Amino acid sequence: MSTLTDLNMQQLLVGLQKKDFSALEVAKTYNAAVEKAAPLNAFITTTPEQALKQAAESDARRAAGKAGALEGVPLGIKDMFCTKGVRTTASSKMLENFVPTYESTVTQKLFDAGIVSLGKLSCDEFAMGASNITSAYGPVINPWTGADPVHAARQLVPGGSSGGSSAAVAAHAVVAATGTDTGGSCRQPAALTGTVGMKPTYGRCSRWGIVAFASSLDQAGTLTRTVWDSAKMLEVMAGFDDKDSTSADRPVPSFTGACGQSVKGLRVGIPREYRLDGIPDYVNKAWDDGIAMLKNAGAEIVDISLPNTAAALPVYYIIAPAEASSNLARYDGVRFGLRVPGKNLIDTYEQSRGAGFGPEVRRRILIGTYVLSAGYYDAYYLKAQQVRAKLMADFKAAYEKCDVILAPTAPDTAFGIGEKTADPVQMYLEDVFTVTANLVGIPAMSVPVGLAPNGLPLGLQIMARNWEEETMFRAASALESAAGFSAKPPFRV
Amino acid sequence: MTIIKGRTGEWEMVIGLEVHAQITSHSKLFSGASTTFGADPNHQVSLVDAAFPGMLPVINKQCVVQAVKTGFGLNAHINLESVFDRKNYFYPDLPAGYQISQYQKPIVGKGYLDIDLPDGTSKRIGITRLHLEQDAGKSLHDQSPKDTYVDLNRAGVALMEIVSEPEMTGPEEAAAYVKKLRAILQYIGSCDGNMEEGSMRADVNLSVRRKGEKKLGTRCEIKNVNSIRFIMAAIEYEAQRQIEIVEAGGTIAQETRLWDTTKHETRALRSKEEAHDYRYFPDPDLLPLRLDAAWVEDLRRALPELPDAKKERLMQQYGLKAYDATTLVADQAAADFFEAVAKGRDGKLAANWVTVELFGALNKLGREISHSPISATQLSELVGLIEDNTISGRIAKDVFEVMLETGQNPAAIVQEKGWQQMTDMGAIDAAIDAILAQHADKVAEYKSGKDKLFGFFVGQVMKATGGKANPAALNDLLKKKLS
Amino acid sequence: MGFVQYAPMDTETVARVARLARLAVSPDQQKAVAGELGQILAFVEQLNSVDVTGIKPVAGVHDDALRQRDDVVNDGNCAADILQNAPQTMADFFVVPKVVE
Repeated sequence: MSTLTDLNMQQLLVGLQKKDFSALEVAKTYNAAVEKAAPLNAFITTTPEQALKQAAESDARRAAGKAGALEGVPLGIKDMFCTKGVRTTASSKMLENFVPTYESTVTQKLFDAGIVSLGKLSCDEFAMGASNITSAYGPVINPWTGADPVHAARQLVPGGSSGGSSAAVAAHAVVAATGTDTGGSCRQPAALTGTVGMKPTYGRCSRWGIVAFASSLDQAGTLTRTVWDSAKMLEVMAGFDDKDSTSADRPVPSFTGACGQSVKGLRVGIPREYRLDGIPDYVNKAWDDGIAMLKNAGAEIVDISLPNTAAALPVYYIIAPAEASSNLARYDGVRFGLRVPGKNLIDTYEQSRGAGFGPEVRRRILIGTYVLSAGYYDAYYLKAQQVRAKLMADFKAAYEKCDVILAPTAPDTAFGIGEKTADPVQMYLEDVFTVTANLVGIPAMSVPVGLAPNGLPLGLQIMARNWEEETMFRAASALESAAGFSAKPPFRV
Repeated sequence: MTIIKGRTGEWEMVIGLEVHAQITSHSKLFSGASTTFGADPNHQVSLVDAAFPGMLPVINKQCVVQAVKTGFGLNAHINLESVFDRKNYFYPDLPAGYQISQYQKPIVGKGYLDIDLPDGTSKRIGITRLHLEQDAGKSLHDQSPKDTYVDLNRAGVALMEIVSEPEMTGPEEAAAYVKKLRAILQYIGSCDGNMEEGSMRADVNLSVRRKGEKKLGTRCEIKNVNSIRFIMAAIEYEAQRQIEIVEAGGTIAQETRLWDTTKHETRALRSKEEAHDYRYFPDPDLLPLRLDAAWVEDLRRALPELPDAKKERLMQQYGLKAYDATTLVADQAAADFFEAVAKGRDGKLAANWVTVELFGALNKLGREISHSPISATQLSELVGLIEDNTISGRIAKDVFEVMLETGQNPAAIVQEKGWQQMTDMGAIDAAIDAILAQHADKVAEYKSGKDKLFGFFVGQVMKATGGKANPAALNDLLKKKLS
Repeated sequence: MGFVQYAPMDTETVARVARLARLAVSPDQQKAVAGELGQILAFVEQLNSVDVTGIKPVAGVHDDALRQRDDVVNDGNCAADILQNAPQTMADFFVVPKVVE
């Protein structure tokens, strides 16, 4: 049965449909896989019994001819999604004992489509980070080690914030996983683990029931083994939700139908400002290879300019903390979450929040509070909003000349646990290529394209226009087939 | 203008009011939980109101409608685009750690209302703005010695904050402002105006300055005053306090104060000592609120008649004096009651019976007009009996007393008691003859020039007829007989 | 907007902001935190070089109008759910240390 976990979602669905195996058999296999993957520390909560129960129900539905779109597919759920009756921590000590009485819209849609949940996957605390090291439940370990003996000797990060998701998908501990993406949290970990990471257009998926980090940037996304798998998941996760005022009332097209479509004549924009100083040659080479692959597939390569690119990261690190500082004010130890008794009410607040939040979350709350405080609002927050408008204008202009944009996903391959922590800004630079898509709302996804000389995976990012996920999937699947990335990490279940 | 005599001279005050009015709606501003008053603790709370992780606000259309209608009632500009902001602060009954409010772009801009002063004049008070916001929950500090109990039933209920310009100069004007505002809200149906249940409460901003001075003094804000009586008392107390401080050479600290309803004084709020820094920013969970101009215009056209227009009409249609009309329109129920009484009757007479007799009786009984023991139809019948001379105005008062006690119809009371006016000339004639014969000496005195005795004869005939003689007929007949 | 002169991030500012955010930052942490926040601010202050003259700020990515729901009661009346995760309750109230007004 060991090969069962090697099947991607598309293959698994075919096998289930042909009754090559039952959902229960698949769930049992994956429960064992989850256990075997324990050294990666990818899961915060595993739910093997729930998985078996759901799998049995899934088999019954299939037998009754009522199979859903993802019937019997075992997934991991990022611990930012509130799940009814299953502890939801956001990787924070603050929510160590929080058991929601409600199910997020996105996970509800997945359950309605027949998935089996293997458990809740670790991430950076409140999804703030690019390495998964800020989780209160310990770092997640990347199943990749690299050919280079220096790399192989140490443990690498799986990226972040959806690091539990990326590690589990890469190690085949789950078929696929949900993620959330506020500044690159699906795409960057995918790039660092040789998986596919996708965020749709802002408003495509409901945010209801997802622990909020930065409301104007947060979107649910996917971590999968293939582009098609991602498209399939998004077909289920997407759709209008009247409980989210920012959810778009638009039809959900067939994203899987876009996969495999020709890219002949598709205009692929190459933003010249993304050639940054200090980026390793192999990243730029992978990018050049990607350009060549799409060109060979019939796409037209267009040089484009996104003049305010350098401003994106500073804008992000004002807006995201500002929104977070307010979104995280509800964790006050009154209605849920950690309470550390203090001398009085204010002291109780301060002690509870001081102890419940880790250093990175505290830092962002403080920065966010500062940039919104009297006397600083105009200089930071208002200015960031204005530059955000300029970034949106940049993309609007660029998309006059091209249909999708191709760029690197991350500035380098996976790095060691404990690295890039000397100063917080170093870690923030991990998001340099990804935050812009969140700031302007567009769909974007990372596809693995090859290994760097150090033996670690590299990903390239496809960005499309708002609401044009189909074009994104078309380009991404062309890139995927051209790259033919088939390398597997040394640690696999 | 109220002038206060201090130790060192005369002072005037400058007052602005921020009134929080609970919007009449079935569900809350951003959630589907009920707004009914008096439920068990935390039973009218949704996960959204309690700010659970991942919960999101969705605005209630009815609250938007109410705000726009109220804006029109305040002769104000409706902003077709407004924005919801977060006002960030920590308090146990503020679950999200922020209140969703409107800061830079409120739904309603500048307007005004005309207040009616006790001396019969009116004064225009500017409205700065009206915005939508969430109410907080309730913290109970007196249930346990060491703890505060929190009930979130009110958390998320829709409020309109209506801000006036600092244009009131004394407690009477402030009271008149709140009364007028309450009447407008009640006419529109956007707030029930029930101050006891907290549906309306006011923050009073007050500063003092020497009479004639143009510069404003430092103001203090008295939070959450929940009755017109307390608003007036708080203003009087606070003005005096500030004057005493300044006259003693001190300076006023700009601060938030509380009206202590038992000690009848204002005092500084200890919990709000820290500098306010609410860190307002646009709520990223909500998009800009955009209103269609035609839709807004439809709301304007569908507005009911408002107090000022009604007052004008009552004066025109019924010939009422401004004072009576003002009294009647202050309460929509009273105005409606009056119009029901006045239907087919003399307007002035009807107004007199409503504002003097009925209001007087209700006052004694401590009842609202909606719970009047005498219906409008009954009172109208009584006025009719006076008009057609069935009874005199004096007898009518007796009938009114019986109506209050028994709830009977006036015609039935008059019938039963035999209180009909004596309009039969023959009977009055006979009664006069009897009295004149009885008092022949007085008749002689009258005829010799003692005119004042006329009243004596009237009184005697009235007495003899049990007050039922028609006064006009009696006068005529008596004059003839004595001439 | 031209060059903006920012106040330096010092321990006093850290204490003020931490108080606003209701986050305990002990005095011995303040200096380190001030250093980190200073680094982040220095980084984001790159925005000073961007000319935003006449640019209308945006709060979100889509220029849609707010959707409005009908005024119906379809939520609430779930006190057990509301109170289930609370650290301290009494008779369906949440309980917190006494607030002095």
